[in-house]
Amino acid sequence: MTRTMPQTRNAKLRGVTGALLVILSVAIAYAQPGYPQGNSDRGSSAAAQTNAPQAASPSEVHVMHVQGKVYVIVGAGGNITAQVGDDGVLLVDSGLVSMSDKVVAAVRSITDKPIRYIINTHIHPDHVGGNEAISQQGSTIAGGNVVGDIGASASQGATIVAFQSILDRMSAQDGKDKAPQKAWPTDTYDGPEKKLFFNGEAIEVIHEPFAHTDGDSIVFFRRSDVVSTGDILTLAGYPIIDVERGGTIQGIIHGLNRLVYQITIPAEKQEGGTMVIPGHGRICDQADVVYYQEMVIIIRDRIQAMIDKGMTVDEVKEAKPTRDYDPLYASKGFWNPDKFVATIYQNLKDQHEKDQHPKAQQ
Amino acid sequence: MQHRKLIGYIGSLLLALLFLCPRVSAQTDPTGEWDNRFHEDEPERIPGPEIGDYLGIPINDAARLRADTWTATLLELPENQCRPHPSDYSWRGPALLRIWKDIDPATQDVIAYHTHISWQAPEQTIWMDGRPHPPDYAPHTWQGFSTGKWEGDILAITTDHLKEGWMRRNGIPRSDRSTVSTHIMRHGNYLTVAVVIYDPAYLTEPFIRTTDFAYNPQQRMAPYPCEAVNEGGRPEGVVPAHLPGTNSFLTEFPANFGIPPEAARGGAETMYPEYIAKMKNMKTLPRPNGKHSDR
Repeated sequence: MTRTMPQTRNAKLRGVTGALLVILSVAIAYAQPGYPQGNSDRGSSAAAQTNAPQAASPSEVHVMHVQGKVYVIVGAGGNITAQVGDDGVLLVDSGLVSMSDKVVAAVRSITDKPIRYIINTHIHPDHVGGNEAISQQGSTIAGGNVVGDIGASASQGATIVAFQSILDRMSAQDGKDKAPQKAWPTDTYDGPEKKLFFNGEAIEVIHEPFAHTDGDSIVFFRRSDVVSTGDILTLAGYPIIDVERGGTIQGIIHGLNRLVYQITIPAEKQEGGTMVIPGHGRICDQADVVYYQEMVIIIRDRIQAMIDKGMTVDEVKEAKPTRDYDPLYASKGFWNPDKFVATIYQNLKDQHEKDQHPKAQQ
Repeated sequence: MQHRKLIGYIGSLLLALLFLCPRVSAQTDPTGEWDNRFHEDEPERIPGPEIGDYLGIPINDAARLRADTWTATLLELPENQCRPHPSDYSWRGPALLRIWKDIDPATQDVIAYHTHISWQAPEQTIWMDGRPHPPDYAPHTWQGFSTGKWEGDILAITTDHLKEGWMRRNGIPRSDRSTVSTHIMRHGNYLTVAVVIYDPAYLTEPFIRTTDFAYNPQQRMAPYPCEAVNEGGRPEGVVPAHLPGTNSFLTEFPANFGIPPEAARGGAETMYPEYIAKMKNMKTLPRPNGKHSDR
């Protein structure tokens, strides 16, 4: 049995349905994400906030390709640079000891080639903590007479390269930086530079005297055009001057000057070209280093001018010579602006004393 | 009954039209060649802003000190000579503007818009394909990383990963922590670009500025190569700057223009119209030549 709807009712329904569909369609169309909903400025602001990059959790390790054969591993303490190729893996720094497994896993996400080298930029535990565990996962390229004389153990573990003072400190029996023997550098240098050729590119390990510490190295990958700076450059805060381990503000500035004037060459429009991996913080290029270098020099000059006026360290701290840069670099931890200022003040006073009485210092 | 039938037919017709017609009105194409209009904010954009003019910018004390100690000699350093304007400022400069788009050949969707600006030839890419912004450890660039979406017929752009830049060319900094919200609006042959800067380091409120362009299909732009040279023979490692409290040029702007020095220091309050009444009760500096500049 078929029930037929009365024609008038049918027409009425069609009319109402049509109108409803029109209203509904317009409503749906206006509900598309492309249409403004209320105050557009407020909407944009919210969008800007939600799109802002989120800081990586300290327990997460991330890998990013930088340029050429070079990658950066972040989140394991200090930034770790990885140069990867057919010869194997060269790491600059090894991160915190607690993060070693994650660092090795990060390396394995890039390549299955063996870890051959670890180069330490300086002695702090967020940069050398993984020396032992990570080097034991790797192997040194060895053969011929070396293996013949020493045996297969000659190739066991990756080579750890560092400036001589790092080995001196790690191996000192009563030193604060005493470390297990397997964490010690196995290949040290004590001149201005050590040269390597690995994975088809020349690598310069350049000593930067009395900068962040007395054992700093900058590592420059010449073909990839990437430089790894250690903590001479740390975008995460003011440069830490480890006076106890031989650091000075003049050394930091010398290192930054070297990065700006001798190592980095920007590409078009003062951007790109040589890429820079700082000890902490995001990947940089020359322009970022220049901003940082200018900041450090400006603050040094201000403090020097205050010293020249006869101001005491407390008066200098009170004058807050860093206050225009504090929103970018101030830390609330041990390396707060007052500590940074007081350290520069003392460095400059000591330097002045040395310049005035050079013989007394000998 | 005929009347009801008619409503039904019209409703169905409108419905069909909604689905058949592309939503052209919702996405007004901003592509083409655009010429700048320098009568807008001309004193700031052509001769350049006065030293110490921070009016109308919601800066904090830190930004104020950086501007007070800044000197244009800094731009003489070879490492600073070839810096382009960052994407939030480049609209303000000598900005012949070209906008073009990349289309996905399969879907005909817009993948990205690109801008090219004449001075220093910076190019900004605005991704329209919904890709995420890079992580915080990725490099920052002068143009930043931008994603866009249509809000009605306004192209709304969010930019982050910017290098440090400037809000005004007299030393007022814009930090690399900033997020920028840009709105491109086309009104026939005119284009308005509204830029909103959110800077947690140097601003106490968002800073909003608009710049207008006129359509100019005959426009041609020259290349803009840049090679840095050592102009001043300045030794490496010397950074020109005023020491705090020593920049004697800061008083020239309020004195020459008859503006209270307090107002010239800027800050959020100076953005709002109510501030004009407050300024009337403030003292001005003596006029250097007997009269304030009539510029």
